[in-house]
Amino acid sequence: MKCEELLALLNDYVDGDIDPAVCEDLEEHLAGCNPCQVVVDNIRKTITLYKGGELYEPPRPFRERLHRLLRERWKETHPAPHHNEFKP
Amino acid sequence: MANQAAETDLVHRAKAGELAAFEELVTRYERRIYTLARRIVQIPEDAEDVTQETFLSALEHLRDFREEARFHTWLTRIATHAALKVLRRRKGVPFVSLEQATDPDDHSGSVPHPEFIADWRENPERLLEKKETRQLLEEALSELDEKYRVVFLLRDVEGLSVKETASVLGLTESNVKVRLLRARLQLRERLTRAFGDETTRVTARHDHD
Ligand SMILES: [Zn+2]
Repeated sequence: MKCEELLALLNDYVDGDIDPAVCEDLEEHLAGCNPCQVVVDNIRKTITLYKGGELYEPPRPFRERLHRLLRERWKETHPAPHHNEFKP
Repeated sequence: MANQAAETDLVHRAKAGELAAFEELVTRYERRIYTLARRIVQIPEDAEDVTQETFLSALEHLRDFREEARFHTWLTRIATHAALKVLRRRKGVPFVSLEQATDPDDHSGSVPHPEFIADWRENPERLLEKKETRQLLEEALSELDEKYRVVFLLRDVEGLSVKETASVLGLTESNVKVRLLRARLQLRERLTRAFGDETTRVTARHDHD
C-alpha cells in the first residue's frame, strides 16, 4: 500500500468501518510509515477536539423570546382539555 | 444522549399534548441547535432565526415524528434545512440543492496531500481547556467551504451516520465520504499548523511510483 492509497481509506479506518483484510494492509503500511501515523493521529485528535468543543450559549433574551413564542404557539395548536370545565 | 429512555418518555408526553415535556426537550437541545446553526450560517442573528424556525417546525410536526431516528437527528435535519435556506437566500439563489449534482470535486478522487505533518504539542483534553483553542476551532471551521463544513458538522460533531448525513443533505453516501475526507484533512492541516510541534515535523513521502 502507498501513502496515497492510505489517504483514500483514511475515513473508513478512523471510523472503524473498514474491511478486515484491507485494514491489515493498512496497518502494515502504518507500522512502517511515520508520516501516515502522524496524519492518522492528527485527524483523530482533530475530531476529538470538535466533538468535545464547547457549545455557543444562545443569548438569554433570545431564549426567553423563543420559549414565550413556543408556549403561545402551543396553546393555539393544542386547545386546552375540557376536564376542568364545570360539569352539570 | 445520556438518558435515552427519559428522552423517549418526554417525546411521548409532548406528543400527547404536554407542553412542559415539549419545553424540556427544547431546553435540552436549544444550545446544540443554536451552535449548529451558528456554525453553518455564521451570523448570530441568523442563527437565532434558524433556531426559532427549527423549534416552531418541531412543534408543528411533532405528530409526524415517527421515532425511527433519534429525536436529536430529527431536529438536526430540520435545523440544517433551515440553515441552508438562509444561506441560499443570502446568495440570492431561490432553490438549489446542496448536491449540485455534478460537483467535480466529489468525483475527481484526488484529495489534497497533507503538508504540515507533526505531532501535537499537547493532547486534546489540555487544548480544550484553553480559550484560544475554541477560537481557533471556530475559525478553522469557518474557513471551510460550506459544503464540506456542513458534512463535517453533521457527521463528526453531531454524530449522525454517513447514511443519515447523506439523507439530510440529499447526497449520496460516497459524496458524503469524499466531502468528509476533505473537511477532515483541511481541518487537520489548519490545526496542526497551530498545535504541531515543529521539532517533530516529518515530510511525507510523495511516492508516485
Ligand atoms: Zn504512508
